Amino acid sequence: MSALAIRTIELTRDFGPLRALDSLDLEVPAGIVFGFLGPNGSGKTTTIRLLLGLLEPTRGRAEVLGFDPTRRGAEVRARCGALLEHSGLYERLSAADNLEFYGRAWRLKPAERKARSRELLMHFGLWDRRHEAVGTWSRGMKQKLAVARALLQRPPVIFLDEPTAGLDPVAAAALYQDLSSLAKSEGTTVFLTTHNLAEAEKLCAQVGFIRQGRLLAVGSPGDLCYRNAAGSLHAEITGRGWSEEALTNLRARPEVMAIEAQRDRLQIELHGRAELAPLVAQLVHAGVSIEEVRKGRASLEEAFLTLMEEKQ
Amino acid sequence: MIADVWTVFWKEWKEFLLAPGSLRGNVQHQLLLIFVFAVFLPLETGRTLVNSPLALGYWASVPMMLVNSMVADAFAGERERHTLETLLSTRMPDRPILYGKVLAAVAYGWGATMVSQVFGLIVVNVVHGHGQLLLYPPSVAVAGVVLSLLIAGLAASVGSLVSLRAATVRHAVQTLSIVTLLFWLVPMLGLTLIPTVPATGALAPADVALRAADRAVALVILTAVLAAIDMGLLAAAAARFKRSRLVLD
Repeated sequence: MSALAIRTIELTRDFGPLRALDSLDLEVPAGIVFGFLGPNGSGKTTTIRLLLGLLEPTRGRAEVLGFDPTRRGAEVRARCGALLEHSGLYERLSAADNLEFYGRAWRLKPAERKARSRELLMHFGLWDRRHEAVGTWSRGMKQKLAVARALLQRPPVIFLDEPTAGLDPVAAAALYQDLSSLAKSEGTTVFLTTHNLAEAEKLCAQVGFIRQGRLLAVGSPGDLCYRNAAGSLHAEITGRGWSEEALTNLRARPEVMAIEAQRDRLQIELHGRAELAPLVAQLVHAGVSIEEVRKGRASLEEAFLTLMEEKQ
Repeated sequence: MIADVWTVFWKEWKEFLLAPGSLRGNVQHQLLLIFVFAVFLPLETGRTLVNSPLALGYWASVPMMLVNSMVADAFAGERERHTLETLLSTRMPDRPILYGKVLAAVAYGWGATMVSQVFGLIVVNVVHGHGQLLLYPPSVAVAGVVLSLLIAGLAASVGSLVSLRAATVRHAVQTLSIVTLLFWLVPMLGLTLIPTVPATGALAPADVALRAADRAVALVILTAVLAAIDMGLLAAAAARFKRSRLVLD
């Protein structure tokens, strides 16, 4: 396996006059959870289809585990699990039969199929209802089964298109926990699209923002938050012994945008890339007794919204 | 390849006939078919079912109707229920998916025809036998078995081609109904237009033609032609099976 699980170079896809994906350059290291974030119709699903070899690019190319999906789609699909836009379950079949079919499709041996199906159905709390027709299930249960199906053959790469759609918050959190441990323990690369930015921030080692087919930014959630947090960083310092001189000197620093003193607390707005440590050192030197420093930054959601507004 | 074909075959049968979500309805449907093809029609036809070469028409029409009911769903149904893309995202190659679906439809149509024939023969013997054992002439029996298999293959291949392009099952069924109608109508019209044969009924020319010709040779030629058409249509369906096109359709 290459160090990169997924790589795209100038990957472009047109649907008639519409450019669904525009020169996507992306590198996803193996063994991480990568979040692909963007509004509806931004090109996330098209990207997954291209990476699985279900669509051919208009221009550019891609590699998944070293294989070009356009030329060697079968090799790519043999190594990937997928939960696409729809759950893709056979609703007239039972849960057990759905997994049995896909287990056969992945050529798992009968004993392995049985054991893996049992393990996944137990894990997702579906074991007791495995003989029921899936069509009678709730959306959340179907989604869990669809995720189980994607994990069935223990693929090195998993594509998940909105995996938590229809799941309750507890089930969604549990699923994200599973995906995180999967990436850590088995080295599985998880490529997921989601609208749940808070979860993506916690779960993903890297995220990419896409809009109207163009990749706007890519990096770790922390990095993207700093880079796109409307240019500011918020800090709160708690302590005693504030003097006017200390505050005046602090205001004079170029990275400080605003200061607001509240009894024993100081609220500071800094320019986005500013370091907080020199300010704390200056306050200590000025005789302030510091008890707590809390650095706040924009959430991924705020960074995402800022970036979307900027590019509009 | 064979394992993959069998996997798709298993899924098609399980989903179409044995799934818990549709088992009751399917049992009723099958019982109705058995009643129509294995009881009602043999009762109405009587000894003609066994004696006349026109019985081959019966052998041919039953699998076509049965196959159509299953094959229309093959791809259009998967597309309509949003399962097609997930199926295409697996490691399963194109051909086994197509062949598995075609084989499942052929097995259903041909198998049900054979069962209907056996039941039909029993019904004819019980009601019209009058103590005499009525059996198909060996040539008709062999021709019937082969012909119904080839007709089932023809219907499955045509049905796959239609289903590959149809957006919904309803659309596929409508198109297949027209194709089936043309399949029967065109030869019948052609036969009625033969001027040398006196037309005493819609099927009389066919009966006369079959009786007059060397049946064995005619059947061999018919079998070869049907087999060639089956292969051609299956090849056309395989050529049309493109993942990217199926996803976008």
